[in-house]
Amino acid sequence: MTGNPSQRALHIARGGAWLILLAAATGLNAAEGPFFITYTHQMEEPRNLEIATKNVTGKPGDGNRFLGSVTELEYGATAWWTTELYLDGQATRNESALFTGYRWENRFRVLPREHWINPVLYVEFENINGANKGLLEVVGHDGTDDLTAPNADSRYEKKREVEAKLILSSHFKGWTIAENFIAEKNVRHAPYEFGYAAGVSRPLALSASPDRCDLCLENFQAGVEVYGGLGTHEGFGLHETSHYVAPTLAWTLANGTTFKVSPGFGVTEQSARFLLRFGVSYEIAQFGRAARSLFRGGRP
Amino acid sequence: MSRIVSLLTGCVLATVWCQGASLVHQAPPSAANMRNPLEANERTLRAGAKLYARECAACHGENREGRRKVPPLNQAEIYQSRPGALFWALRNGSLHTGMPSFAHLPEPQRWQIITWLRHVDGSAAEDRAKTEKRKTEWSPK
Repeated sequence: MTGNPSQRALHIARGGAWLILLAAATGLNAAEGPFFITYTHQMEEPRNLEIATKNVTGKPGDGNRFLGSVTELEYGATAWWTTELYLDGQATRNESALFTGYRWENRFRVLPREHWINPVLYVEFENINGANKGLLEVVGHDGTDDLTAPNADSRYEKKREVEAKLILSSHFKGWTIAENFIAEKNVRHAPYEFGYAAGVSRPLALSASPDRCDLCLENFQAGVEVYGGLGTHEGFGLHETSHYVAPTLAWTLANGTTFKVSPGFGVTEQSARFLLRFGVSYEIAQFGRAARSLFRGGRP
Repeated sequence: MSRIVSLLTGCVLATVWCQGASLVHQAPPSAANMRNPLEANERTLRAGAKLYARECAACHGENREGRRKVPPLNQAEIYQSRPGALFWALRNGSLHTGMPSFAHLPEPQRWQIITWLRHVDGSAAEDRAKTEKRKTEWSPK
């Protein structure tokens, strides 16, 4: 492969997108809300595997334009436990492209029945480096300074962190309303960092149309999410924190592939002025059963 | 001490019994009494069939025949159940049996699935009953 590192990264990103699309062509079900940052209490269905990419691009202040890319494998272990593996990478123009680490995430549904507000507990272990630009959450005093540090330096900063979230969400008359409270801590040193995310979304039509279609209104979900940092345990609050407002749109094809896009607007000085998020996801129904059958010589 | 042991045993048995009961039968009366706002017209049934294929068929089978631990939906229990009870089951799911909650589907879509499920099985049951009746009427004495 020729060209500079950022061109190579673009080739890799394009290749990854084509692989996902190729997988999607084999056809199975997927359904997900339009959010990139905010979690709802919807769990992955047992034994289903969702493969997704979440990408974010932006140009922070005087820094170089970057593309942060995350590949996500989400598996429904049980009806009350969903587990996910994330593989993170990024490319920065005029710098380099690199793998920045992995995350292992678990979500546990607390209550057996559906209520007005439904809590889910989230625990994640992150083993990433300082060059990570996936921006899957904003906590503490995260801001443009983290995004403008050169890869050559920031890649050597180890970040082994534990992150916990309290996810609260509700479905009401077709609307999905979700709030997340985030606490994050490096396993080796202080501080505790806090953040939040909240979102509202709704399908463009509540009833399904009778025919299989790609462009039916019920296949589109629109919403808006807000997210940002809340400082640390030593300085809790909004002072010198970054915050974003991001409209979101998801489009699910009849074969189950979901495309999402979300332009995000920074609303404080510490925030990047503009972030564009985009992603594609695809769900393989009953992956666990198919895999088990494969190893048992075709027996179910 | 023996009272406590028997009380605890009773609680455990009651819990196991409750969890073993069909999910549809666990619906509280207030939920089971909910009325289906949709009519079983062609548009609703086609939409219900489409949603079933997308949301349910992977586990319950394309013909609602069920699979191993996943119960079939082509049974009398389904078409004889009250629509509100089915709606409750779809909304809540069951952490115990692995049935996921479909609360994320808008209410009209859940009713479309239920209308289709009840109509398909109900029609089939009526057809079977008519066939049986005809056989009885025409059978040589």
